[in-house]
Amino acid sequence: MEIVGINQISPDQVILWSWGFVTISVTILYTWLVMVILVVGSWLVTRNLSNDINVSRWQHFLEVVISTIRGEIREMTKKGADKYIPLIGTLFLFICLSNVLVIVPGFVAPTSSITTTAALAICVFIAVPFYGISANGFFYYLKEYFQPNFIFFPLHVMGELARTLALTVRLFGNIMSHEKIIGILLSVTPLLFPVIMQALGLLIGVIQAYIFAILSMVYIASATSVHEESHKHEKLQNAEVSEGVTA
Amino acid sequence: MDSISLVAVVSIVIAGMTMAVGSYGPSQSMGQAIQQALSAIAQQPDERNSLTRTLFVGLAMIESIAIYCFVISMIVIFANPFWGHVIKAGG
Repeated sequence: MEIVGINQISPDQVILWSWGFVTISVTILYTWLVMVILVVGSWLVTRNLSNDINVSRWQHFLEVVISTIRGEIREMTKKGADKYIPLIGTLFLFICLSNVLVIVPGFVAPTSSITTTAALAICVFIAVPFYGISANGFFYYLKEYFQPNFIFFPLHVMGELARTLALTVRLFGNIMSHEKIIGILLSVTPLLFPVIMQALGLLIGVIQAYIFAILSMVYIASATSVHEESHKHEKLQNAEVSEGVTA
Repeated sequence: MDSISLVAVVSIVIAGMTMAVGSYGPSQSMGQAIQQALSAIAQQPDERNSLTRTLFVGLAMIESIAIYCFVISMIVIFANPFWGHVIKAGG
């Protein structure tokens, strides 16, 4: 069963149901499916948490996932991870699940549509100034845009926009290209080779989810850490000055 | 050759050229990056985690160039903006 044809570039073009200006495309259906799986699954697991010796196996699974994500974030920021884990962990889990579920027949990954990936990248685009302002204050965050001097302001703005576009197109291009490759291979060598390519697609999907989460963490960390470094620098300079005075 | 088939021929040839030229540079540079990262990991196995993470981020940056080329060739083939123009002009 093929839902998205080989000559359609995006699952947005397949419309299941429409009434007036409300249209339900394949992308919306599967996005909600992935969200329902994530929400209901974690609700079922966290409904009866325990800290006995006997812990249910699903709680073990979620603990492993969460502690791995937290360890990665803590290793990158060198600080506490609890502030960032709701955003980064959700992005990673959503993208990972929607890429991995491709092996289920009939499932179309919502990340193979450019609208989904654009929405995720815009979340990161908004989250970067949010975390930056909440860590450093509004004026320090704004000062960062004029950093060497005021000529660099348009370059900083263009950099923000370009990396949002890069996040969008990277995830979309990888997932969509892999679907198209499997579709073409099915028509050329139908029996065994597409299976191997789908196994490779699982690896690519997980790696892309990892890269999306890591890159958004890098962007947020670069927005939050500047003030501390300059502050430390000032402190060091002050210390040197005071040492000079005492010497 | 009428203009519609001219647009088709140019689109297909340009899509192939885009992929050929646009995947050469990224593949070369990704090979170099992986080579350097492997020799760095072989020299300092303790720094393996941080090296691997930086390698993945860098590979994603390099790979996005190739992905841009792929998306442009997909647009040229599947969603060519010149088709509508030519078909409307041709009647």
